[in-house]
Amino acid sequence: MSDAIVLERLTKEYGGRVVLDNLDLSVHAGELFALLGPNGAGKTTTVEIVEGYRTPDGGSVRVLDHDPRRESGAVRPQMGLMLQSGGLYSQLRPIEALELFAAFYPDPLPPLELLANVGLARAARTRYRDLSGGERQRLSLALAIVGRPRLAILDEPTAAMDAQARRETWRVLQELREGGTTILLTTHLLDEAERLADRVAIIDRGRLVALGTPVELRRGLGAGPAASGAPSGPELPSAMPGAPVVERAAGDVREVRLELTAPLDSDRLARLGRLPGVDALRIDRPGVYVLRTGTPGELLVELSTWLLAIGVEPLAIRVGQGSLEDVFLRLVGEGGEP
Amino acid sequence: MSPALAWRAFVAQARVELLLTVRRGENLLVTLAIPLLLLVFFSAVPLLPPPSFGGRQVDQVAPGILALAIVSTGLVSLGIATAFERSYGVLKRLGGSPLPRPALLGAKTLAVVVTEVVQVVLIAIVAVLLGWAPSGGVLGGVIAALPWLLLGSVAFAAMGLLLAGALRAEAVLAVANGLYLVFLLLGGIVIPLDHLPAAIAVPASLLPPAELAGLLRGTLEPGGTIDPLQAAGLAAWAVALVAATLLTFRTE
Repeated sequence: MSDAIVLERLTKEYGGRVVLDNLDLSVHAGELFALLGPNGAGKTTTVEIVEGYRTPDGGSVRVLDHDPRRESGAVRPQMGLMLQSGGLYSQLRPIEALELFAAFYPDPLPPLELLANVGLARAARTRYRDLSGGERQRLSLALAIVGRPRLAILDEPTAAMDAQARRETWRVLQELREGGTTILLTTHLLDEAERLADRVAIIDRGRLVALGTPVELRRGLGAGPAASGAPSGPELPSAMPGAPVVERAAGDVREVRLELTAPLDSDRLARLGRLPGVDALRIDRPGVYVLRTGTPGELLVELSTWLLAIGVEPLAIRVGQGSLEDVFLRLVGEGGEP
Repeated sequence: MSPALAWRAFVAQARVELLLTVRRGENLLVTLAIPLLLLVFFSAVPLLPPPSFGGRQVDQVAPGILALAIVSTGLVSLGIATAFERSYGVLKRLGGSPLPRPALLGAKTLAVVVTEVVQVVLIAIVAVLLGWAPSGGVLGGVIAALPWLLLGSVAFAAMGLLLAGALRAEAVLAVANGLYLVFLLLGGIVIPLDHLPAAIAVPASLLPPAELAGLLRGTLEPGGTIDPLQAAGLAAWAVALVAATLLTFRTE
């Protein structure tokens, strides 16, 4: 079996509003797949169809080689779910909830160890109603994976978590993936998708607008028009499924990020934009400039020479690739909250 | 899922249902404290006319209190708890787990039955202390009443689940408690219907609380008789409520 989830031409309407519009998507066995999109893009609807909670109006769904609705008895034991809207008995304690769910599976993880692994050891005997939002999320994650699922589906797993909890959750997810579990997660956090995912799909208004590894998606941006340019469609040249990842030494579009102690005046700003090798200039915030270039090495020489000539000491200069955020904003527009 | 695993899942779920029943303090108030309080109050304070069949006040109060216990467990306790489980997404989460649906229903049924056994035993003990002398003796009387207690349990549990599966949790809270009070006062439970004006008594006599209370009175009061129409009526309610619940219950 190569694909854990196969969605073909999936459509769904709610009261005449199109939520999914011929969505095609496959999640390979063993990969960590991130579904990214603005609010209302159809992420949760997609996930709930895969989970068997909803029936699509059209198209087909296969999950672990079964129909998730008609053959739920075959799918449920192999699948762990973390719902966005899934609560728990308010009077129950995390250890009790985990022992309950452990009893549903033939070979569960030991509940106490799992609680410790998700960082809930100290809250093991706190009633659910007294847990913080982040603690509830950690428990929800533990409930999703206690049965050693082949496939874990996590809807916004790190929502309501602080930075440290998020990092711990990322570690748990990475361990899970290394153990061979296929993971489908939705997120509105671009760095989460970028850091964790083997592949990322960006959906908007129920359609797939980009698909690929984080590197492919960023590369695809570089080959396209400038980040602030027109919101063009799904034509990400190297972001097509299965496109080979080849590091190119030259012709690769990079960004040079320049931080100064004080903002440049307008004359100098114009001069900066005309330095040899600069394709585009963006002001990130006053005193921080992002230069798009195909020849970062030459630009660095030009930049240092010019800064020396005008007597400005740089605070920091960094060469990097565009971020997934740039791809996202270009594809779904500035208005789309990721 | 193998039968052994399904059994393990049922046992774990039943354990949690019973644990939660005990932990919900307001539950114990409505299922135990209020019925026992009313039993003692109406047996000790001569507010009701003396029983027409002779005997003590408790002899006409206890059968109604047993009916009230069934109403409180099925309609109020089960209904409200299930409504909040639905609203909090517990039912959705369980629905996405491998827990078989019959195991979940079985666990909830077990929790209801255990609660009712405790209620009946405590009510019987307190009633005996107040001098209760039901027809057929205490043990024989309660055993003779079991079919009606069971039928009433099905009807009122279905009524609670019907509300829980259709309305918002806050609405279920209000409606279930409101119905409890109406049934208590006007449903023939504490005050026998023949003490109420006909405009209330006649329609109320067709509702399940009056039918259950009537059947329990007929079984437990000395010289009482069972009205077959009441038995048929309660059975019809039970079937209708179960069917309506199966048709309308939504887990989300």
